[in-house]
Amino acid sequence: MIKRLRALWSQDHQRDGFLLGLAVGSFGVTFGVLANSAGLSGPKAVTMSLLVFTGASQFAAVGIASSGGEPISALGTALLLSARNCAYALSLTQVLPGKRGGRFVAAQLVIDESAAMSNAQSSAQEAKEAFWVTGLSVFVFWNIGTLMGVLLGEVIGNPRQWGLDAAFPAAFLALLLPHVREKEKLRTALLGAAIAVATIPFVPSGLPVLLAALSAVVFASFGVRDDE
Amino acid sequence: MTWISIGALAIGCYFFKAVGVFAGRHIRLSGVGGHALSNLTPAALSGLIMVQTFDGGGTLAIGAVTAGVAAGGIAACARLPFPVVLICASAVTAVLRVL
Repeated sequence: MIKRLRALWSQDHQRDGFLLGLAVGSFGVTFGVLANSAGLSGPKAVTMSLLVFTGASQFAAVGIASSGGEPISALGTALLLSARNCAYALSLTQVLPGKRGGRFVAAQLVIDESAAMSNAQSSAQEAKEAFWVTGLSVFVFWNIGTLMGVLLGEVIGNPRQWGLDAAFPAAFLALLLPHVREKEKLRTALLGAAIAVATIPFVPSGLPVLLAALSAVVFASFGVRDDE
Repeated sequence: MTWISIGALAIGCYFFKAVGVFAGRHIRLSGVGGHALSNLTPAALSGLIMVQTFDGGGTLAIGAVTAGVAAGGIAACARLPFPVVLICASAVTAVLRVL
């Protein structure tokens, strides 16, 4: 057993996937704390991490609900943010299992981290292993982290007193940074931000984010031209 | 959030993943569609950041939260760990409220 573990550990892509999952566990802790501060019960927060299992969407849903937003705008924004997982899944076609049942399980594990680790490998076998190790490791630690965060949140008390309402947008900013290293995505983000700021005074809450999402289409055609 | 909205969110998020997983064998997303799909995240995230940082109930407002988010942004750009980014943002906001 130990020999096998040591053999696994010596393989870079598996070790990295495991460690990435461990790091994501700390995101899970913060999600649990913030969910608790937003008035979400422990069972609801834990259920979300198990079944929704895509970080940015979970933060968005809880953040919008806690700032008094309409449930429908919380849901809409969270779903918009999760649409990228569809693109990830398409990029992983060769890596995912051939059997139907395996694909149903694998689908839940298609997230930023597992897709990035898998796409970074050079061989098909390593890509496959990286997907599963990273996906499972993130799943386990994200959920353990959420549970710990919920318990920690119970101790913390009044969230506003600790400035926790600023933690949500700061979390989104930290989640945004890895996406905007590409020029196309940076331009998209800047346009989206401008649209949101320009529309806040004029449209009902919830709508600015949906309008900002339209900027995704604007630069897509330019991106295609650059591909060619 | 109600149990129903959590259930709807879980189903919706799984739906996107599963569509990609099962459609991948049959279709290849054409250029513009693929780019638009992967651009959705930065677009919606940046909109969300602006709303939560500047929206003072239908007007643009600059306050303790704005300063906190700026501090968190600096921490994130310095590649500090995620929890540290959130602690920076919260601490600055909390201190400004006390002052």
